[in-house]
Amino acid sequence: MNWRPWGKSGLGRERTVRKEEERRRGIFTRRAAVLGVIQLGAFGFLGSRLYRLQVEEGARYATLAEENRVSARLFAPPRGRVLDRNGKVVAGNRLNWRALLVAEQTADVAATLETFSKIVPLGDHEKARIEREVRRNRRFVPVILREFLSWEEMARIEVNAPDLPGIAVDMGTTRIYPETEHLAHVVGYVAAAAENDVGDDPLLQLPGIRVGRAGIERFHDRVLRGRAGAVQVEVNAVGRVIRELDRREGIPGQDVQISVDAELQKAVRGKIEEGTTAVLLDARNGEVLAMATKPSFDPNIFNSGVSAAQWRQWTAARTTPLINKATNGLYAPGSTFKMVVALAALDAKVCRPGDIVNCPGHLDFGNNRFHCHNRNGHGGMNMRSAIMASCDVYFYEMARRVGIDRIAAMANKFGLGVDLDVELPGTRRGLVPTRAWRQAQGKPWSIGDTIVHGIGQGFYQLTPLSLAVMTARLASGRAVQPHLTRAIGGRPVRGSRLEDWPSLGIPDNDLRLIREAMWGVINGGGTAGIARLPAQYGQMAGKTGTTQVRRVTREQRERGFNVNAVPREWRPHALFVAYAPHDNPLFALSVVVEHGMAGGATAGPIARDIMVEAFQRLGPQRPGQRVAEATR
Amino acid sequence: MIFERRLLTRDRGAGILEKFWQIPWSFVLLLCGVAAIGYVALLSAGGGNPDTYAQKHAIRFGFGLVLMLGIAMVDIRVIARFAWLGYLGGIALLVLVLLHGNIGKGAQRWIDIGPIQLQPSELMKIMLVLALASWFHRASWERVGNPLFLIPPAIAVLVPVGLILKQPNLGTALITGMVGAAVFWAAGMRWWKFAIGFAAIGVAAPIAYERLHDYQRARITTFLDPESDPLGAGYNIIQSKIALGSGGLWGKGFLQGTQGHLNFLPEKQTDFIFTMIAEEFGLVGALTTLAALLLVVAFCYLVAFRSKHQFGRLLAIGLGTNYFLYVFVNVAMVTGSIPVGGVPLPLISHGGSAMITVMLGFGLLLSAYVHRDAEMGPMRE
Repeated sequence: MNWRPWGKSGLGRERTVRKEEERRRGIFTRRAAVLGVIQLGAFGFLGSRLYRLQVEEGARYATLAEENRVSARLFAPPRGRVLDRNGKVVAGNRLNWRALLVAEQTADVAATLETFSKIVPLGDHEKARIEREVRRNRRFVPVILREFLSWEEMARIEVNAPDLPGIAVDMGTTRIYPETEHLAHVVGYVAAAAENDVGDDPLLQLPGIRVGRAGIERFHDRVLRGRAGAVQVEVNAVGRVIRELDRREGIPGQDVQISVDAELQKAVRGKIEEGTTAVLLDARNGEVLAMATKPSFDPNIFNSGVSAAQWRQWTAARTTPLINKATNGLYAPGSTFKMVVALAALDAKVCRPGDIVNCPGHLDFGNNRFHCHNRNGHGGMNMRSAIMASCDVYFYEMARRVGIDRIAAMANKFGLGVDLDVELPGTRRGLVPTRAWRQAQGKPWSIGDTIVHGIGQGFYQLTPLSLAVMTARLASGRAVQPHLTRAIGGRPVRGSRLEDWPSLGIPDNDLRLIREAMWGVINGGGTAGIARLPAQYGQMAGKTGTTQVRRVTREQRERGFNVNAVPREWRPHALFVAYAPHDNPLFALSVVVEHGMAGGATAGPIARDIMVEAFQRLGPQRPGQRVAEATR
Repeated sequence: MIFERRLLTRDRGAGILEKFWQIPWSFVLLLCGVAAIGYVALLSAGGGNPDTYAQKHAIRFGFGLVLMLGIAMVDIRVIARFAWLGYLGGIALLVLVLLHGNIGKGAQRWIDIGPIQLQPSELMKIMLVLALASWFHRASWERVGNPLFLIPPAIAVLVPVGLILKQPNLGTALITGMVGAAVFWAAGMRWWKFAIGFAAIGVAAPIAYERLHDYQRARITTFLDPESDPLGAGYNIIQSKIALGSGGLWGKGFLQGTQGHLNFLPEKQTDFIFTMIAEEFGLVGALTTLAALLLVVAFCYLVAFRSKHQFGRLLAIGLGTNYFLYVFVNVAMVTGSIPVGGVPLPLISHGGSAMITVMLGFGLLLSAYVHRDAEMGPMRE
């Protein structure tokens, strides 16, 4: 832009410019003053507006408040239920009459409590709790005085209402678990919200609100909880509601349907002893059909508060009843791991299926001798016969050839030692060792370590759930994830067809070989003939496992080691993994019997019985609720 | 461009340290005080838990403070020189948000730049003030009287207003237009031209309204008459008035506000934060807050009156009006005086975009103060 300069002659121009500048400045000052006055006036307007709202109309409210007042109250929506796969309620709600105190509606909290305790006796402990909560909460938030009131207590409170300002009886709900200890580990439990739970959600400030503390109750807590409703009411000086001014409905908690069959779960628990864990999955989509472990606990106890003695008893028990051993128990897989080693060997092309390894009963490496469970040796073994006979020497050799890291990679592919997507908070990942893991501990990894890990012993720490996942993946060839949620609020949550899961990328021929060998374990003269299914259910494929809890020393071996003579907690664990029917797998199962001695003899029959139960309740010949149809 | 290169090399004598001491620290302290009010209010909105809103607010303010002090050090002539570049950048962002922006509450308002959510319409207001101040700063009274001279800046106002309307964000568009008008007014545009301009808008608005789609009209109806949508904007206003009124003279006390904490009050951490303050700290707290905000605006006037150059005056008036409009529209909204929605209370309410842009504006303001005696070049015809 090319503006013409202001004048030509220097001095004259400067004078004119200064004059113009002053004129412009004067205009600016006047105009800015006008603008400033307008803005100041606007502030004044806001101030007067606030004065009118807060003082003039506020004073009117104050006069009204002597008789009536406006009060805002929250109300809790009913917590969503948890249903089993057949729609049976496994976590529901029950009515619960409670006495509540709103501190701002009574002049003297202590006196009111004193009067109340003459009607319904309160212990010192309860009084201390109430006083603490009154102090902690805002004065308009009701505090629970007593829950689970009887009819008689309610009547006495209502009759004495005029002497009890601020106290009201209301109907709440409490959680009930009809399946008691059978589903405790899966469904979890609720307990009173702790102080540090109370965040932004105003619902958690409500008296007696429960939050999920474990299992599905915890995982789906937000869904089950819903959103608080609120109501504005006009109340009189003693807190009686005169009329409702405004109401905002809350969002009720949604029902969550889980894939577990409560009846099957109960039947499975009937088949197992203390210290045993069984996980049954739908082999085609990873749905958890049953997840049983003994001992367990009754989640209903958490609702009314757990006594210190009960808590001590639970936590001190060696059998850890509070812990879900299916997701948190860690075990070495033993021989159930051999399929993984075999697949790793095939994948690494260090042997062909038909290659023979001679088993003389032991493998010597360096100065160490690694024994086979068969002292006399199996003779010449190929991959198939080695799995069927569970020959240790064959897998020592395979592990030596493959190396630990490739075994670990294959194990991870099968869901071992990796995080699983199951909806049970606190599920452990377990441990599949690698060279790097050991080196991170500052220790070297030796070939001898690799050899031991070839038969599933050593540092492995795996959950029964992950073993069931491994089995389902062997059966399907796909990376199925274990999951429990079938529907939320009546809407199915995710596609549960086999095709939804990505392929593991393992050649069909390799998988077929492993499956044939697992079939042979039970039906072809392998280590678990005892686990054969009754003919009408088809045939099952599986693998046994026995894992040492303590190392057997050479001296013990030479003295003639007898496992039956050692104390129970030194005895080996018995494991079994299986899927059925072998030609069209529906169910995948893992069973871990703590200190069960031998996988085939102890865990095998349990696995067979559980499979039979599964077929009877969910098998293809059962119309209506069968697994085959229920798959979406 | 209006500037000659030599201007940039002159009067550069003042050292950084000297400039730093020139910063009016009482104003910085005032801003800290306002942000502290916001911190307390957000602490309450978060149920007493600083992690919910308050902590983030403090961090953002700290960031904004550094930004502001940094900009205050920049020579006002450099700022003036790049004013139009900033304006074009603001327009580019507005176009970008129309093409790729995120949709919030039915309008395209934000762009995500890494971790920052930018609301270009907020930035635009400041860039517009800069651009207008740079256009008018050497214009004599006669020159401003020339209608042809007013056409380019008028277009410079109408383009962003149009783009913001298109988002659609009627509230911010109106505020942008009003900020622009304030600069025109202060620059000396004849009052009768103002009258003609407003009359033209009065005539054009119904015609434009007729040409809108039904859904667009419905949006405007709700904007002008929230009672027609009692479950939407109207509900918020009613709840806000109940909360305010029940606060009384002294308030219900920190964390004791029933309306806010029982979630009757919507968006209590953003647009309705002032209600939260008024409910819990009463008329006393509300007026104290208002007084602090008034002082912030008053400081802008102080800078305007002390500036020796028209650029600084116009810049300060524009920025002061911008902040004033935030405060006025927000407080008027929550007291149910005017039917508008979606205007934050910067430095107090939760939300980064308004906070950062307002602090950026105050940085420019401080630069105008620090360099108030700078030689900005002669006036032109």
